[in-house]
Parts: sequence; structure tokens; C-alpha cells
Amino acid sequence: MTTIITRMGDGSTVELTRDQLKEDILDGSEAAAKKGKIPALSESDRDYLLEMFCCPSRIWGVERGHEAIMSKDGGTNTLISSRLSCGVAAPIGREAAVRLFESAFAFDTMEVGHIDYSVKPSKFIVSVEQEHMELLQQTTILPLFYGFMPNLGLYYKPDGPFENPSDLLPKGQIAEARATQEEALEACYEDVVWQAKQMEETGADGINLDTVASTGDAEFLATLRACETISSETEMAVEVSMAAEMVLGFHGEVEYKGTRLAGLWPHQQMKLAQEAGAAVFGPVINNNTRKSCAWNVARAVTFVKACTAEAEIPIHVNVGGGVGGVPMVEVSPLDIVSRAGAAMIEVGKADGL
Amino acid sequence: MGMAQAMASSMGGIRTAGDLVARMQLKKMRLTEAKRYVADKLGVSTLDLCDSTLMRTLREELDIGVVTGTPGIAKGLAAKARIEALLDVTVNSVEGLRRKTETTGLSRP
Repeated sequence: MTTIITRMGDGSTVELTRDQLKEDILDGSEAAAKKGKIPALSESDRDYLLEMFCCPSRIWGVERGHEAIMSKDGGTNTLISSRLSCGVAAPIGREAAVRLFESAFAFDTMEVGHIDYSVKPSKFIVSVEQEHMELLQQTTILPLFYGFMPNLGLYYKPDGPFENPSDLLPKGQIAEARATQEEALEACYEDVVWQAKQMEETGADGINLDTVASTGDAEFLATLRACETISSETEMAVEVSMAAEMVLGFHGEVEYKGTRLAGLWPHQQMKLAQEAGAAVFGPVINNNTRKSCAWNVARAVTFVKACTAEAEIPIHVNVGGGVGGVPMVEVSPLDIVSRAGAAMIEVGKADGL
Repeated sequence: MGMAQAMASSMGGIRTAGDLVARMQLKKMRLTEAKRYVADKLGVSTLDLCDSTLMRTLREELDIGVVTGTPGIAKGLAAKARIEALLDVTVNSVEGLRRKTETTGLSRP
């Protein structure tokens, strides 16, 4: 029987039959539908994915005329950082790197970000960040964001001043764990708003709040409130990009405008980001490394389609290492990366990546 | 990884009209609406927006910056000032330039 060379969610090569791929696509979509209580993909959507995964071509792209917009997280870390950002440690500065992304790589938007890409460390060197943003705004044409992660985890001991809920919860100190998260999120909110406002005077076109809710619902609340403040008090656009497909209920009871944040799926997260004034929302759907990429992409696209169906703002799907159908590996395989991105646009109706 | 996505799925920034459509997305326009808006402003079809052959010439004619290093064509803030006028939007950095260059009654020869 003829087999198709494809990959698993961990990036390893595998040979599957057409029928196996078809089954995986259906299975992946139904898995998402069941979890998120959303519609599964239609037969025509699944047929597209099957054709895409059966095609022997190394690269798959969108149909001409269907191209979408790319936004970037991690700043220029792809070029200047190390393996921790899948970076290539290129011996250039951020300014040259951003210019390369604009001209050599033809990105639609770009961002400036600290190599230690969280708000807490980047606050201390904000004047350096401002200087680089100002200088780049003189010479670039594309929209240029300033990006960082709220990363509430850095506010807890030993990295920060607040008691660590991870230490309190195993002791059964649930009330104390909740209290410390409530205190820490206020500090995080203040820092995110402050850092964002430092960038307005530099000419930044927008703020990218990345890996939002990496430490759960308290961080999501801090971010939503910060988004509301930044979008109402500045002229900058705010992009809210998530960390995981479901908001972890580390606190369990925090709410934003009457909606409990714990347990929200992408299409539900989007609505709150939209309400908070976000200009762009970036959903994340996690990979299962034990399943095929076809399964993972089908699952991811199902969640994305539920998101885009109801969105009033642009949706830029996260298609990075381990999310959006892209395998969880240090060097991402181009055959799957190109397919995942195209699927998000052609089937998922995403406005960008 | 981003390069693969850029080649396979993205508009291509200043190679085409990707930066212009992106600016309209920052105003909360979905992709179809943003493309329609920019296409109307440029007097082209939405298919043309992603055509690097057509857009290279058009961008030079409109003097809104091009992807290749070409002397005499608007760059940086100058290009963005022209994009502001073309798209009828406000660009934060161009606003900053206006603030910095406001005269305070200095006489000119």
C-alpha cells in the first residue's frame, strides 16, 4: 500500500497511508470539538487538509491572493539569541536585525523586544529599549511593535517579592495561594502598563503582550486589565497572544467583567481580549507529540475556526514550536511549518500568523 | 520557522502591500476588510496587493518605500508620512516627528 512521508508531533518522520491520515484528521478535529464544545471541521475542510498532507511537495503555501499578515513575538531573538529562542546567535545588533526582517525576510510587521523577553527584566533597561525603538522608527517603514511577556511567574519568590503559590498549594494553603496571586497581579498590571506607556513617546505602533496566561488565570486578568488601560489611554494597538490553549485555573476564581477566567478555550479568550480593547488576538493550541502532525493541525484548525467565526478583530494564530500544529522541536521542519500556517489561513480563516 | 511562514503564507511586507494591510489590521480591521480598504486607496485589486511585480512599481510611483535599496525613494519616516496621507491614518512615529519639528516662530530667509 502506498504510504505518505509525514511527521509526528515531536517532528520525527513517519510513513502513513492515505486512510490513516484521513482518520487522524477526523480524529483530531473531533477531539477539539469535544474539548471546546465547538463545531468539528466540515468534510471539505478535512479534504483540504488531507490533500495538503498527502502532497509530496516539501513546501505548501496559501493560494495566491489569500496571503495574510504576519506578526512576530520574541523580537529579533530568532537571529540574535541562542537555542533557548531557537536563535542562531547571529553577530549583529537589534537594529540591523529588525532591518533584515523588514527587507530581507519581508515580514509584514516586526517588533523590538529585550533578549530576556519579560516585562520585569526589561523595565530596568527601558531607556535602552526606548532608544532602539526610536532609532528604528526613523528608518523602518513596517509597523513596529514593542513586545514582552507579562510573565507573572517572575513576581513570585525566589525571583520576586511575592509568596509563591506553587509552594503554598501543596501545603493546602489555598486561600494564601489565591491572596498572593491577587497581590502579584496588581504589580504585574502596573509594570505592563508602565512599560507600554514608555514606548508611546518613542513612536511604537503597538504593544505585543506575549505568552499571556503562562502562569494561569491571574496573569490573564492582569493582562486584560492592562490591555484595557493601554488601548484606552494611548494610541497604540495592543496584540494579546496566549501561552496555552486553555487558561490554567491556578487561582480558580478570578473574573474579568463577570467571566471566570479559569478553563477558557481560545474562542472564549478571544471575546475577552476583544472586549478589553485588543486590536489583534493570538490563540494558541497545544501539540500532542504522540499524535501525527495531521492530527495536531486538524485539532488546532478546529479551535481556530471557532475563534475566527466570532471575532471582530484580526486573529493571528500562534504557529511556533509546539503550538498551532508545529512540532515541538528546536529546528522546525519546513514541510510541517508551511502546512500548518497555510491551514490556519485557508481552513481556519485566520487573518494572520 | 518564521521564514517558512513568511514565504508560504504572508503578504510580504514592503515587498508588496503587507505593511499597509497590517496598519489597517492595527485599526482592528479583519483581513478581508483591510485588504479591500488598502486596495481602494491604491486603486488596485486585492489580488494585486500581494503581487510583488506590480507593487514594486506602484510603491515607487507612490513613493512610499520599496524593499530594495534604491536611492531617492522615500525611506523610514518620510515613507510613513506618505503612507499616513495615502491611507488616511495616523502613524505614531510621524506624529512624533511633527511634535519635534514644530517651529516656534523662528524666521526663515
